[in-house]
Amino acid sequence: MYAQLVETGVKKIKSLEEMTPEERNFQEKVDAEVKIEPKNWMPDAYRKTLVRQISQHAHSEVVGMLPEGNWVTRAPTLKRKLQLMAKIQDEAGHGLYLYSAMETLGADRDEEIEKLHQGKAKYSSIFNYPTLNWADMGTVGWLVDGAAIVNQVVLQRTSYGPYSRAMIRICKEESFHQRQGYQILLDLMREGTEEQKQMVQDSINRFWWPSLMMFGPSDDQSPNSQQSMAWKIKRKSNDELRQMFIDQTVPQLEFLGCTAPDPDLKWNEETGHYDFGEIDWQEFYEVLKGNGPCNQERIATRKKAIDEGTWVRQAAKAYAEKQQQKQQSAA
Amino acid sequence: MDQQQALQEYLLRLGDSALILGQRLCELCGKAPAVEEEMALMNVALDLVGQARNWYEYAAELENQGRSADDLAYLRDAHEYRNLLLVEQPNGNYAVTMARQFFYDAWHYFTLKALVESSDERLAGIAAKALKEVTYHLRRSSEWVKRLGDGTEESHAKMQEAVELLWRFTGELTSTDEVEKQLATAGLAPNEEQLACDWQGLVEAVLSEATLELQPEDAWMYKGGKQGEHTEHLGYILAEMQFLPRAYPDAKIW
Ligand SMILES: [Fe+2]
Ligand SMILES: [Fe+2]
Ligand SMILES: [Fe+2]
Repeated sequence: MYAQLVETGVKKIKSLEEMTPEERNFQEKVDAEVKIEPKNWMPDAYRKTLVRQISQHAHSEVVGMLPEGNWVTRAPTLKRKLQLMAKIQDEAGHGLYLYSAMETLGADRDEEIEKLHQGKAKYSSIFNYPTLNWADMGTVGWLVDGAAIVNQVVLQRTSYGPYSRAMIRICKEESFHQRQGYQILLDLMREGTEEQKQMVQDSINRFWWPSLMMFGPSDDQSPNSQQSMAWKIKRKSNDELRQMFIDQTVPQLEFLGCTAPDPDLKWNEETGHYDFGEIDWQEFYEVLKGNGPCNQERIATRKKAIDEGTWVRQAAKAYAEKQQQKQQSAA
Repeated sequence: MDQQQALQEYLLRLGDSALILGQRLCELCGKAPAVEEEMALMNVALDLVGQARNWYEYAAELENQGRSADDLAYLRDAHEYRNLLLVEQPNGNYAVTMARQFFYDAWHYFTLKALVESSDERLAGIAAKALKEVTYHLRRSSEWVKRLGDGTEESHAKMQEAVELLWRFTGELTSTDEVEKQLATAGLAPNEEQLACDWQGLVEAVLSEATLELQPEDAWMYKGGKQGEHTEHLGYILAEMQFLPRAYPDAKIW
């Protein structure tokens, strides 16, 4: 999903007996599936972890506009152009909605964005891969929004109220994006020329593994997961979610008439799941560290937008203050 | 030129201006000064490209040569494009983007308002739908002109420069040619004097509220976009926008 590796800052999970009365009351509410709301008491580490998780998610929505923006000026028909524009607009909306959810925790949007630009905050590794042909606009919708949904559907039940509600709203739109993306690929595979079909296969070859990486490190490498699970801000393990995604995606891949770049991918009668090959974890950690093909460009573009917009935001603020003064002196 | 040919020509003008400005706004994706602006710019662009599609569909039907709306958008070269010179100008800084938007929106708004009353039902229907969207566009861009004009010293200077930069392309908005005169007489297009008067009135009001200096009445104006004579920018816009259908002419679907 969009928050692959979220630090909790917790070394050891406390048992109910070890907790202060406040902590205990909080944990019992979480255990009973009662939503935590902004005004409720919450452990500091819970608050900080959520700010990190929701801001990662929000940053991902906004950075995620760039690989699609890369093709919006070159969309091949008016219909596809309109669809892509609508999708990008939705993603900007998701970003705003999530930043608002994050601000209910006392965090400041500008500060968190500043951390992103300094390389201190993460966003999904997937958006550090380039979009190189038109079929990528289909594949991104199908695989990237698809992987995001698998994660976010379970996050609809996350313990923090505003985050949970944001997820419910966002999931509906992501499902729409996924279907629309798949339809692009399906049309190209069914009625496209040989060249167009090659675009689709090439696109899947490039995005297959990075999409699987969206679920984060394997469970034995996820030290923060346990605390996040206890707080119910994470509800299923990375590997469980990855498996769910593969199981639902492979039949769709076959229906397209395409293949995955994984010779080990095959149905396992015994487990009732698809087996798949080992992810290149070195690549994953390198991209996370900033060494992906587009990390520098993505951050540079975002930073430039916000830096060059400084005078615009200052003007808007100054104007609003002047208007307020005028109103006051008139009253 | 008979009336139907004139109408076809006019529909292309409406569609081309909307599409090219929509395309310019698409270029700003991920580059706006705030996330709210990302949403708003894409929203306006979406409206404009949607309107362009409606105008093209009607134009293609009238033409009845088997060309589709997509063919009109993707397979015409610059000299066949009929958009206003204003909308093909580069995005520049946000003051330029917003000045361009405001001059266009003001023209667009009064044009659509007149078209809603048009004797051609189809034309009036498309205009009515577009007018709702453009009413919002105009409100938004007017606000931005005021914010930047009457914001900080820096923003004021930038907005003033933007107005000066783009002014020479505004003459085309309110001066009509034979095509438009013919349609106006038939009740299919706005009356020139009315349009010029409305546009001028609104622009003067907003600029002065924004503490911006008006431009001299006798300023030299560049024209020709509506007749297919463009600035150097349009060729590049089309090269990018039309790349896929041009590179894959055998493709039947996308
Ligand atoms: Fe999204
Ligand atoms: Fe999405
Ligand atoms: Fe709209």
